[in-house]
Amino acid sequence: MKLHQLSLFLENKPRQLRVPSKVLAAAGVDILTLALADTQQFGILRLIVQDWEKARQVLEQAGCVVNVTEVVAIEVPDRPGGLDQILAVVEEADLNIEYMYSFTFHRGDRAILVIRFEDGDAAIAALQANGINVIESVELFKQAKA
Amino acid sequence: MICSQSHESWNDLPGGFHPASTPDYLPLPQLRDLQLRRLQATVRRAYDHVELFRTRMRERGITADDVRGLEDVARLPFMDKLDLRDTYPFGLFASPMSEIVRLHASSGTTGKPIVVAYTSEDLHVWASVMVRTFAACGLHRGDIVQNAYGYGLFTGGLGAHYGAEALGATVIPISGGNSARQIMVMKDFGVTAICSTPSYFLHLIEQAESMGMPLRDLPLRAGIFGAEPWTEAMRQRIEDAAGIKAYDIYGLSEIIGPGVASACCAQHGLHIFEDHFLPEIVDPVTGQVRPDGTAGELVLTTLSKRAMPIIRYRTHDITSIVTEPCPCGRTIRRIHRIGHRTDDMLIIRGVNVFPSQIEEALLAVEGTLPHYQIILTREKGLDQMEVQVEVTSEVFSDKIRSLENLQNALSHSIERTLNIRARVRLVEPQTIERSAGKAKRVIDKRELS
Repeated sequence: MKLHQLSLFLENKPRQLRVPSKVLAAAGVDILTLALADTQQFGILRLIVQDWEKARQVLEQAGCVVNVTEVVAIEVPDRPGGLDQILAVVEEADLNIEYMYSFTFHRGDRAILVIRFEDGDAAIAALQANGINVIESVELFKQAKA
Repeated sequence: MICSQSHESWNDLPGGFHPASTPDYLPLPQLRDLQLRRLQATVRRAYDHVELFRTRMRERGITADDVRGLEDVARLPFMDKLDLRDTYPFGLFASPMSEIVRLHASSGTTGKPIVVAYTSEDLHVWASVMVRTFAACGLHRGDIVQNAYGYGLFTGGLGAHYGAEALGATVIPISGGNSARQIMVMKDFGVTAICSTPSYFLHLIEQAESMGMPLRDLPLRAGIFGAEPWTEAMRQRIEDAAGIKAYDIYGLSEIIGPGVASACCAQHGLHIFEDHFLPEIVDPVTGQVRPDGTAGELVLTTLSKRAMPIIRYRTHDITSIVTEPCPCGRTIRRIHRIGHRTDDMLIIRGVNVFPSQIEEALLAVEGTLPHYQIILTREKGLDQMEVQVEVTSEVFSDKIRSLENLQNALSHSIERTLNIRARVRLVEPQTIERSAGKAKRVIDKRELS
């Protein structure tokens, strides 16, 4: 129901992103999506990958600090008002969003929102009660992407 | 005696060393009498053979005969590191080279190194105080000791080596460096005790984690750590992280090397082997002797060194002598852990700051973080202090807010402790330089005139 997201601590300076990217490439880990949050001093790279356990292992071996969090991925129609429809449910259920990122596909008419809720279980219940499609596994995530 | 349990095992070991047979437990009158006789002999020896000492005694109008009681040590002139530099290389030797069997030297980061010398009797004393050190740390025959102090001119490696051998332990003379090999040896040889600097051992804890063999899963049970100042909070953090007992030892090459003082099972202060090294605490500015229990600069006089008797040596280490008797039963006095040195004091915006205070402030924040470095710069005439702290998986969260909270908590903790503001910067793991020897805690980029 919830997906495992890997978060990496990065210092905010040139070439830092290349380290995890190289490690994942060498291990043949498929990155499904990512987002980079930054502050003046440091950044957090958030990743959803095909095999999160393997990814965590190789990243930690390479000396990265990795945190695993559960996030909720939901499918939304890729049209005006798509996001607002979701946020209406979130507001109605009084859910707190820590952060989110989204992306669309090259074909098709859907987008995916990845959201870190303060209370993931409550969020899933509320979203599903309102007929919103919560992506249940990385595999389905991939199919949606294809 | 709270050590009694560990003592029982001594009796089962034929030929094993029993710590209760050492001068650690001498009745005080007997100890003071021994100290006085040795002090008189040392002063006589230095007066007869060391020109610098004789000249200074004459300037004060005193001779070796004026030492009639232990308190007369306060009448003798001080020595400090400069004297060793000025007489480089052999000017303070009291023995002819034909009797000197070993030379060591300091790393000499500033100018000429200092040279220290040992006769074979001196080496015997050195090994005996290291045996007493290891015994106080609960080691015995049958222990497998990985000696990760550097071998060479530095006194740490060979000092610990011969002491552990004389104890009857099995010594692995691995020296410092090559952390992956250190962990492999520790595991494959079933190492039970390690000697290193505390900062290098922290590095080994991480190395072991990354190799998938955390130290707490290995037979290692004791660490004998010295050669750099560290805090009690750091000691406890090491014990928790590695599942070992961490013991603090103290020594300096000028006096003998490691083996001047050692923690015991009570883990409260370090016993000075005062039958060989007479401690005093003095006011660092005036040089006036301070009573036991008062903080000040530690001054040491060697009582049995032959090749190079050192009288009233200014160590620059700040501590105090513990006044209560130790629950372990040793009669030799203890000094409190050396938190800082008079010469590692930083003056930041007019405030006196010791790196150890910053370490304590960092460790006061939950879940942090022993790897840090202090970087001092000057911007528009004003000192700026940045403290870089490595992020670990225990404290890392995927939320920026949590990391910013951590930064703020660290920075407030420093401000509370020191009353000055510091910029805390979180950095990636393994980005602060690790050394196999003493940690470099401060990078001062200010151009001080």
